[in-house]
Amino acid sequence: MNSKFRIYRGNQQKAEYKDYEIEVQEGMVVLDAVHKIQAELEPDLAVRWNCKAGKCGSCSAEVNGKPVLMCMTRLSSLPEGPVQIGPMKAFPLIKDLVTDVSWNYEQNKKITPFTPSKDTVWKMQQRDVERAQEFRKCIECFLCQDVCHVLRTHKKHDQFFGPRFFVRTASLDMHPLDTVNRTELLKEKGGIGLCNITKCCTEVCPEDINITDNAIIPMKERVADQYYDPIKTFWGKLFKKNVK
Amino acid sequence: MNYETHNYDILIVGAGGAGLRAAIEATNDKSVKVAVVCKSLLGKAHTVMAEGGMAASLDNMEGEDNWEVHFRDTMKGGKFLSNWEMVEIHAKESAERVRELEEFGAVFDRTEDGDIHQRPFGGHTFARLAHVADRTGLEMIRTLQDKAVHQGIDVFMEYRITKLFKDGDRISGALCYNRNDGKFTLFQAKAIILATGGCGKCFAVQTNSWEGTGDGHALAYEVGAELMDMEFMQFHPTGMVWPLSVKGVLVTEGVRGEGGILKNSRGERFMFNYIPDSFKNDVADNEEEANAWVKGDRQKNRKPPELLTRDVVAKAILEEVKADRGSKHGGAYLDIASEQSPDYIKKRLPSMYHQFMRLADVDITKDPMEVGPTAHYIMGGIKVNPQTTESKIKGLFASGEVAAGLHGANRLGGNSLTDLLVFGKRSGEYALKYAKNCEKTPSVSKEEVDRAIEELLKPLGKEEGENPFTVQSELKETMGKYCGIIREEKEIEKGIKIIEELMKKEVAVPDHRDLNTAWHAYVSLKSLLTVSLALAKSALARKESRGAHTRSDYPGYDEALGKVNIILNKSGEDMKVSKNPLPQLPENLQKIIDKYEQ
Ligand SMILES: Cc1cc2nc3c(=O)[nH]c(=O)nc-3n(C[C@H](O)[C@H](O)[C@H](O)COP(=O)(O)OP(=O)(O)OC[C@H]3O[C@@H](n4cnc5c(N)ncnc54)[C@H](O)[C@@H]3O)c2cc1C
Ligand code: SF4
Ligand code: SF4
Ligand code: FES
Repeated sequence: MNSKFRIYRGNQQKAEYKDYEIEVQEGMVVLDAVHKIQAELEPDLAVRWNCKAGKCGSCSAEVNGKPVLMCMTRLSSLPEGPVQIGPMKAFPLIKDLVTDVSWNYEQNKKITPFTPSKDTVWKMQQRDVERAQEFRKCIECFLCQDVCHVLRTHKKHDQFFGPRFFVRTASLDMHPLDTVNRTELLKEKGGIGLCNITKCCTEVCPEDINITDNAIIPMKERVADQYYDPIKTFWGKLFKKNVK
Repeated sequence: MNYETHNYDILIVGAGGAGLRAAIEATNDKSVKVAVVCKSLLGKAHTVMAEGGMAASLDNMEGEDNWEVHFRDTMKGGKFLSNWEMVEIHAKESAERVRELEEFGAVFDRTEDGDIHQRPFGGHTFARLAHVADRTGLEMIRTLQDKAVHQGIDVFMEYRITKLFKDGDRISGALCYNRNDGKFTLFQAKAIILATGGCGKCFAVQTNSWEGTGDGHALAYEVGAELMDMEFMQFHPTGMVWPLSVKGVLVTEGVRGEGGILKNSRGERFMFNYIPDSFKNDVADNEEEANAWVKGDRQKNRKPPELLTRDVVAKAILEEVKADRGSKHGGAYLDIASEQSPDYIKKRLPSMYHQFMRLADVDITKDPMEVGPTAHYIMGGIKVNPQTTESKIKGLFASGEVAAGLHGANRLGGNSLTDLLVFGKRSGEYALKYAKNCEKTPSVSKEEVDRAIEELLKPLGKEEGENPFTVQSELKETMGKYCGIIREEKEIEKGIKIIEELMKKEVAVPDHRDLNTAWHAYVSLKSLLTVSLALAKSALARKESRGAHTRSDYPGYDEALGKVNIILNKSGEDMKVSKNPLPQLPENLQKIIDKYEQ
């Protein structure tokens, strides 16, 4: 069976959608189709990928306008007609389907790393680590960053960490043995106040991380408590872990 | 030709578990400059894909585990071809390295006592694999990545090293290109650590990402280091077989560790028929005992035969398929649905659940998976000093999958991830010592760099030549056909001939260097051809069957060959094959093995 594809080709200077037609087989995912086009028709078609099993978060793209992992999107799950494949829009294009995501790596450097106390006893209960583990499932596909309007539309890259790095912060904050308070960081450098809880990020997360409800909202509440409610701040300092 | 030059004390090639652990160690000393170079984005290296767990005798579960038992298991699993010193170091240091990873911030699954939970795996006497559900590699790489980044290393993402240089007998630098714009960079360095991972991409049905092209093996070989044990490519028994587009993708051994059983088309649990004599004491010979073990009664019962070592299980599946008892698409059925509850499966094996649901329309909490062997891990690699991880070339270190010695003829699951931690750390430590003792930075000859660049640019814009993707496919097909799981003299010889012909082929790619994937495929092809030849030549030389290397014309062990490693080195333009005696096992360690064998 033959299928049609429209793939974004080009670089910052010049880019456009180009049409391709190839034979497809049962079970193929979008990434397979891109690879087939690369091997048979366009040897220099640029695409990022690694694991081909939804584990590394490299193959993010916009398929028919929807941000997805190409390796986990079956062709059979898409509506009939040509499949349109474009790069993520929130980041500068390098070439074809590949964008410059290095900005994300800079955000991570700003987040205070895991800091246990010197005399930590390394015992934790499963129920206490589960919250942090949810956030640690993140594969850094940056699809949530791609859809968040604060970055995508308003381009506030210099004031806003983006959902991925709220998740990252949450994973540290909710580690039972961490001792750092990152509330100021979230407010000042992270710009968590700019998030207006549209939940678009949660919708696209391929790891089903409940970004807004479990990471962002509790942290926003903490920012509010610490900055605008002195009594809670006092209790918060005393019982950091319990308040969470 | 234009290129940038950077000077570093230590250059680390690779940002998987081994490279990152080395970086953390090396940057403990703030007076040295350390760079890490990797082909993909940070955090996407192969290590991220590891699923099942990392093996260390933490002794958090039932049974009395300690380094001695781990030592014995690894030696036995490797069919006594491992370097005993590396196995001893690994068995002794793994537990400390895993605890340290927890201190860096890794969040492992817990036992009821609040310790790190450990799961059973093939070839390990006790439940030994520290894990986070079935995404252990992700936890490991993210933890190391964050630690390393905050320690201040310079990371060059999406750069590819294509050549190493020497100054006399010392390593002196490396050439690379930026994958995005094709520009060249020369790194001059006192010490270089290769942590480039494996070469599964020599085969069509395999578990590795595009990065697994054996670059480090080829780079080291070209600069004069020795390769060892290259005949031992581990075929993992359980890769996906359907749909075709995902053929080869790994199904973690964790499925069997959690109780999954293997069945043929007649519904028979066939592994009971394939228990080798040497493992008779280790596994159950009846379903009742095996089931009792899965239910948690591990003192009195032996584990199921599905948890035999990977070489044994892979060959068993192949036999069943050959005897017409294979699954619908030519594999075996792996069934966990009949053994564990849906909730348990989703909790312990979430990414397997997801993978089959999304890619194969199979709900593993209800139906069996179809699985078959897939090329997975290269036991062979660069021959290194067991303590320091230094290769034959001064200042050139190697650790992780690219290094040889720890796993011998067959790797036990979970031993790779702790290998990365234990020997990655040692690489960092000894490279640091070496670099600090190096008074002046060795130099790289400009002519050599120019020549290397010229060679790289050859296929660009050529009028005539082959498509590099096509040549790669031919190579993979050749390797699968002639150097696969079961090998034979005439077949391997045919394979070698084809590889040598493919080496002569001229390749042509579009004439630009802007993220030119065809050009990148040409560079990969060069590494793949070198490692494929190394694999085939070693396979030809080992006229016996041992671990992952099976010869239909020599089906048994050969005592003399069991005492040597096959070594390859570059001699002129030829790949020279030789045999090197294994270091003698000291008496105290022999006693440990004997003790647990009784
Ligand atoms: C699907 C899967 C599951 C696995 N599960 C387990 C498990 O549960 N337990 C276990 O112990 N083992 C497991 N393994 C094996 C284990 O994951 C790997 O052996 C291990 O991660 C290799 O780590 P590494 O640090 O040596 O190299 P890798 O993680 O492979 O990293 C190699 C690095 O080198 C870089 N590189 C390579 N060539 C170049 C070059 N020319 N220039 C610049 N950079 C270069 C790459 O970009 C990458 O950063 C699994 C493997 C696979 C494929
Ligand atoms: S919920 Fe907040 S972070 Fe998520 S997409 Fe909306 S604005 Fe962005
Ligand atoms: S939180 Fe989800 S969507 Fe965002 S980067 Fe991580 S895995 Fe991707
Ligand atoms: S290739 Fe790894 S997530 Fe798609």
